[in-house]
Amino acid sequence: MITLTHYLVVSTILFALGLIGVLIRRNFIIVLMSVEIMLNAANLNLVAFSYYLHSLTGQIVALFVIAIAAGEAAVGLAIIVVIFRGKIATNVDQINLLKW
Amino acid sequence: MSAVFFYYFAAVTIISGVLTITFRSPVHCGVALVTLLLHIAGFFILLNAEFIAAVQVIVYAGAILVLYLFVIMLLNLKTEERVFHRRYAVVSLLMLAIVGQVAVLVLRSPFAGVSGTATPELVLAVGQTRAIGITMFSDYLLPFELIGLYLLAAIIGAIVLAKTPGIQERRAQMEPPPAGASPDGNGAETAVVEPIGAGVAHGHEGGHGHP
Repeated sequence: MITLTHYLVVSTILFALGLIGVLIRRNFIIVLMSVEIMLNAANLNLVAFSYYLHSLTGQIVALFVIAIAAGEAAVGLAIIVVIFRGKIATNVDQINLLKW
Repeated sequence: MSAVFFYYFAAVTIISGVLTITFRSPVHCGVALVTLLLHIAGFFILLNAEFIAAVQVIVYAGAILVLYLFVIMLLNLKTEERVFHRRYAVVSLLMLAIVGQVAVLVLRSPFAGVSGTATPELVLAVGQTRAIGITMFSDYLLPFELIGLYLLAAIIGAIVLAKTPGIQERRAQMEPPPAGASPDGNGAETAVVEPIGAGVAHGHEGGHGHP
């Protein structure tokens, strides 16, 4: 019998993996991919709660999260393209345009 | 039976998540991420959320990952020899400890929430996609419209960012370099072009002057 706790443990592990990826990777694109992993962990939580608590709200919020992830990927990748074309940086440590 | 599927999906999801953050090449990371996203769609099917599973496959594995692969191919990212931050290993261990504590709290919590009205029998009687549609367009109409506005803003923002000239191109546009000094390739090109143009202009003048 699979309970809600099983799903919560899986999504906690996935969220931790995404967080570690954001912290330790130096490549722009892989940092964005780690953010996608974290968003998917949140989605898994939402849908699991929606199933076990008999409510459709979680699934609808999961749809909104997918839409927000799509917009975030589009804008983030556009920023990466600008950074690369302007030869501002080659990895995340070198971006310091907003640092003062 | 569903327990077998659950453990299969959980194992593959976690393994491909680890591979996503440890592979060197971004393309390999993208393939591992596709595996993770498809298995999360499998979780959604186990949770009776077929519509979300279909949207996950179409939008995430179909659209977002193709966008990532386009950018990877477009930019020709070289994999650096130093892939990881050494000094952030301590920070990530701290994060792991915090997440472990959250997991312990999760395991001890009973989750006695208020049960909703959408029981599985009721949802099955209406149809899952239809039930989601009815709820979304009645109770959640305003958030739905706001998501549409957000997507429009994201499209416009991405186009504006991608069409913005880079810093060097903009610098070249704003102040054309003097003929003598040529700091970059752009200046050198104009310096090569200018004498030819000047020569043509002189010849033209001379031709006009003689008759």
